[in-house]
Amino acid sequence: MEWGGIFDWALFESVLRALTPVLLAALAGLLCTRVGVFNIGLEGLMLIGCFAAVAGSWFSGNAWMGVAAAVLAGMAMAGILSYFSVTLGADAIIVGIALNLLAVGLTSFLVRTVLGAQGTFQDPDLKGLPLIFSQSPLTYLSLALVPAFVFFLRRTVWGFRLQGVGEVPGAARSLGINTHLYQHMVVVASGALCGLAGAQLSLGNVVLFSDNMTAGRGWVAVVAVMLGQAAPIGTLLAALLFGVTDAVGVRLQGQGLPSQFTTAAPYAITLIALIAVSVRARAVARHRARGGPTSGRGGSPPTPLPSTSPVTSTAQGDTTHV
Amino acid sequence: MKAQVAALRPMLIALGLALLVGAVMMLVSGSNPITGYAAILEGSLGPEGWSTTVTLAILVVGSALAVALPLRAGLVNLGGEGQLVGGGITAVLVATALPDLPTAIALPTALVAAGLVGALIGFLPALMENSIGVPLLISSLLLSYPIVALASYLVRFPLLDEGTGLPQTEILPSGYQMPEFGEVSGALVVMALIVAVVIVIDRAMPAGYEIRLTGLNRNFTAYSGVRVDDIALRVMAGGGAIAGVVGALIVTNFPYRYVDGSLITPGYVWTGLLAAMLARANPIGAVVAGVFFAALQVGGSALERETFVPRELSSILQATVIIILAGALALNARKSQKVA
Repeated sequence: MEWGGIFDWALFESVLRALTPVLLAALAGLLCTRVGVFNIGLEGLMLIGCFAAVAGSWFSGNAWMGVAAAVLAGMAMAGILSYFSVTLGADAIIVGIALNLLAVGLTSFLVRTVLGAQGTFQDPDLKGLPLIFSQSPLTYLSLALVPAFVFFLRRTVWGFRLQGVGEVPGAARSLGINTHLYQHMVVVASGALCGLAGAQLSLGNVVLFSDNMTAGRGWVAVVAVMLGQAAPIGTLLAALLFGVTDAVGVRLQGQGLPSQFTTAAPYAITLIALIAVSVRARAVARHRARGGPTSGRGGSPPTPLPSTSPVTSTAQGDTTHV
Repeated sequence: MKAQVAALRPMLIALGLALLVGAVMMLVSGSNPITGYAAILEGSLGPEGWSTTVTLAILVVGSALAVALPLRAGLVNLGGEGQLVGGGITAVLVATALPDLPTAIALPTALVAAGLVGALIGFLPALMENSIGVPLLISSLLLSYPIVALASYLVRFPLLDEGTGLPQTEILPSGYQMPEFGEVSGALVVMALIVAVVIVIDRAMPAGYEIRLTGLNRNFTAYSGVRVDDIALRVMAGGGAIAGVVGALIVTNFPYRYVDGSLITPGYVWTGLLAAMLARANPIGAVVAGVFFAALQVGGSALERETFVPRELSSILQATVIIILAGALALNARKSQKVA
């Protein structure tokens, strides 16, 4: 294996390609986390986007119509999550998991009924996204969204209100903010972003749809939000970790490493990063509990029950995590 | 009795609405919903289909219990694929290492080893959550990817049966082949045993009470002196063990070998997960829901043969039931709060 031949311009390009869908979905998850909805349906929203993008492009003959269809489909699907979890108050984790599985079944169903293919739909006449300097426009959009998110969250009234709704909904409500409206808008917007992520995957990275083609990228996006502590730059760096591992893995596969290892590597690295960050967060918390300097945000008082970790409450529908 | 009927009401509403959604999808696909549902019933429970349903139900019920046990304590085990595959590949490895054992020793050895490996795979995310705060929901899921990849590698390279040209291991030695009784496999006996153990623990043992209590309110349970961290370790190990045994049951039944992808592609794990959610983690309910979803799946294939509707309709119905049920339960909870 030649390591010298692995890092070059072509690798940088494939890193960006691998990064884009995860980054778009992670930005979607970031917004939801900030507004206090734990969205683990990113995977399913993205998959619906993949299908809608291919179907839209196929029937209109225009890739941008595909992107528009993906955005609308993502928003419609996210609307289900937002109606059930925000309006009805259902457990967002249960609804999110079920939505992911619904997306797998629904897209396989539609591929057969609408596109008349089984498993994979591919056609030379299917229009993919145009490339600008060998990248799809959505890649540039996703990178531009990161500073835009920083500005939105730190400098705009809407951004502040959104975070207020997530952090202290009671206080936000007492200031006359319609918290449910904010949550609905954010969750539906996250569907649009996941739709873009799906379009990038099925019309940018490749030009086809195949069953379950997101293959866990939405889950990686969920982890990226945790690793980046729901901050745009941090989330970008976490998503980049996935992009680099994915691209290097594909390259190593070209050099003869069994594909089983290279396809699993990005998920293994993501898990290891999650463990590393959790260890560090735990160490910082312990330092604070001993009376160390409380720097930064989120200095929560020590819990009266040391044996229960706050993270486990996510399983019961609480939205605080990491 | 009245309370039990009331508890079932949201489930029946969710089922009814999901069937309505299914009927609409059949109409849109150009088929008559009555013919469609008749095909599902006939295909799953009729003379042609019932033994397929039983075979599938064994695996789905196992996968459902692997989720229901941790879910009873409020933990969502998304690592079923890794636990299932880990158990399946372990059974093959045991058979490869000890090929000459008689059935009476060989099969139990393989199943126990598979259960232990599954338990370890389930235990790790719980341990990581307890000790360093890694969210179990995510870590259990991510852990599956390397395990599935490793098993796939083993099947495609060191354990490959080179004669067939397919990614599968050689046929297991006769001692590891599950005996059959008529049309039903011995796997049914194994699963009945597992179901019995889980129900006894849940209903009749203090541990079951503590698990339920933890699921209802973890902080309060910890405050009243129950070691909830240990419970998390035990239910995840238990769930993983059941999934591991299910994996072993797949490879020790026809075609008596590990075919790469055959444990994942049929979606046993996710069908089981939805069944556990439909039963709201009640073990008896998980068995009923598992059989029901297995029948729906088998019926879906019949539906595809009889009409224009693809069999994926059954997965859509399963997920739809859970989404509507979550909404109905939330509405119910709000109503009862208002009354009080």
